[in-house]
Amino acid sequence: MSIMVDKNTRIVVQGLTGEAGTVHGNGMLEYGSAVVAGVTPGKGGTQWESKKGAKVPVFNTVEQAVNATGCNASVIFVPGAAAADGVMEAAAAGIPLAVCITEGISIMDEVRLRAFLKEKKTRMIGPNCPGVITPGQTKLGIMPGYIHKPGDIGVVSRSGTLTYEAVWQLSALGYGQSSAVGIGGDPVQGTDFIDVLTLFNQDPGTRAVVMIGEIGGTMEEEAAAWIKANMKKPVVAFIGGQTAPPGKRMGHAGAIIQGGKGTAAAKYDALRAAGVACVQSPADMGKIMKAVLEGKAA
Amino acid sequence: MNLHEFQAKEVFRKYGIPVSKGAVVETPDQAAEAYTKLESPLAVVKSQIHAGGRGKGTVYEKDLKTVRLQGGVKLVKSAAEAKEMAAKILGYPLVTKQSGPHGRIVRRVYVEAGCDIDRELYLGAVLDRKAGKPVLMASTQGGMEIEEVAEKNPQAIIKEHWDVGLGLQGYQARRVAYALGLSGDAFKQFYKMVMAVTKMFVEKDCTLLEINPLVVTKKGEVLALDGKMGIDDRAIELKKQPDLEAMRDVSEEDPIEYEAASYGLNYVSMEGNIGCMVNGAGLAMSTMDIIKQAGGAPANFLDVGGGANKDQVKKAFKLLLANPEVKALFINIFGGILRCDVLAQGIVDAVKEVDVKIPIVVRLEGTNVEIGREILKNSGLKITAAADMADGARKVIDAAGLKK
Repeated sequence: MSIMVDKNTRIVVQGLTGEAGTVHGNGMLEYGSAVVAGVTPGKGGTQWESKKGAKVPVFNTVEQAVNATGCNASVIFVPGAAAADGVMEAAAAGIPLAVCITEGISIMDEVRLRAFLKEKKTRMIGPNCPGVITPGQTKLGIMPGYIHKPGDIGVVSRSGTLTYEAVWQLSALGYGQSSAVGIGGDPVQGTDFIDVLTLFNQDPGTRAVVMIGEIGGTMEEEAAAWIKANMKKPVVAFIGGQTAPPGKRMGHAGAIIQGGKGTAAAKYDALRAAGVACVQSPADMGKIMKAVLEGKAA
Repeated sequence: MNLHEFQAKEVFRKYGIPVSKGAVVETPDQAAEAYTKLESPLAVVKSQIHAGGRGKGTVYEKDLKTVRLQGGVKLVKSAAEAKEMAAKILGYPLVTKQSGPHGRIVRRVYVEAGCDIDRELYLGAVLDRKAGKPVLMASTQGGMEIEEVAEKNPQAIIKEHWDVGLGLQGYQARRVAYALGLSGDAFKQFYKMVMAVTKMFVEKDCTLLEINPLVVTKKGEVLALDGKMGIDDRAIELKKQPDLEAMRDVSEEDPIEYEAASYGLNYVSMEGNIGCMVNGAGLAMSTMDIIKQAGGAPANFLDVGGGANKDQVKKAFKLLLANPEVKALFINIFGGILRCDVLAQGIVDAVKEVDVKIPIVVRLEGTNVEIGREILKNSGLKITAAADMADGARKVIDAAGLKK
């Protein structure tokens, strides 16, 4: 079961003709995703050809792409200086889901984008995220499709490759994924843990959730409070950055401990108090999920 | 990116935020000159470092044991005194509560006109991640650390979130001014100042701004007596703030971190002896975690991102080996789009070209992983393959000779 996207999702890739857009446009098509349009201002009217010869029409604007193809989800590979504008364009064109892969958008642009999106119906995933995948049906993003297996474990994460690690461990133990959602590593995001947990909670195809957080901000603590009050399914959580020094940005713009706040320890405390099974070692995410599902003590 | 106080004040001046007269100098003679030019009987010689708590800090001899001067911010009443204080400070480490135990070498001091302080207030702004908006914070407890105030007396902090598109509204500025007990001309000056502060915060891509203290002088002037500004690194990378980029003080940054950034690599120095190279920030953080949990000590965080080709791997090796503490390397790569065979070949080529002499443990997972592992095995190099992350952590700790 899918929570956001499925085999019927019609994808427009903003920045399709660029380097990243081309590599991942190919990756999405190879996985079976329905990439139906590309948008690159100035290249409207041309066609983008995939490695296997599939031809995708390119438009100047997202609005034109929507009118011509009925696309209903966008994946944004636009560079940092213009990416926020790209998301705004998708939202203005009425696209319900915008997955912003781009890393390097300025914080003020993300603040402006948040305000803009408040008045629109578009859900943004990211920025600075690997995307969202419903294994066996479609992927919108850059994650390697082959490590995923269809199943009933939901995965939600602020990370990219660490998410692949979790998925890899789960698949190896025979636990497939209902959906995996990368919400990204930036400080001001379009979708937070609670948004995704809510969807997993309501999804009949999801039986348990793996949540991967990291230092910085209070999203995990807020999720813990929500989980305690609402979550009907088991949650297993890992928090990266237990050994991160304070005050330093650890790669992700949002991964920074400031003024004593945003530590992994505080997040673990909050999650534990909410009944979440906490994983200390990143090598044990799959193992702990297995133990939880088989009814053993976490 | 951080700015020194004197730089923040330069930006304040551009926005019409009132500051005392002052000049930044690099020698004791210049300090004496600056004092004279100020034509103010009372002046302050202020150490310029990227750390707070300078007033209560200690200037040490280079041995970091013998005290040279108590306090990094000194009141002076003559050119000779200004010269004396500058001589005591310039070129020596200032250790404060925020500087870390090694302190920072003071390369410049700011000589500023003194003033007769009537009230000390606090004014700051920061991004509220949850709200997705910046928030203005003000308090009558100037001169204290805001985190202390937040802990002991949270009601003393007045907050106003503002809309970046609309700017701070008049009613918000008035609310803050009244809450700080301001009236008359000081009220008007503060109102103007807070409008300028919020405008500057947005236009200059700030992540942090602190004026602590913001003073009301006995003459009724409202002045920013200190200034701390943190700028969004992303905005700098996107070349949005060339004037601020020109103010970057590389001597305040870790040299390896600075070099890494120039290669487009995310590197953070740590205290240990196991060098790490990982693709992805979350995976890199958890690699540090798993090393620590296995009893080792990571020397660094390094996210090589999606570009782990031979050139990037070579650059990464050079950075890791620039740290003399490093006794072994752990490479942890989850190859998604990047194929493991391509990565393995890149690692082998890089090791040969850089002539790495310390043990290397590689954990590869993902596309073409078996081919990748074969390449490493057949390379003839001292590269140990790990089965998974936990195995890799244990092996690299053994290789570094740190078995518990």
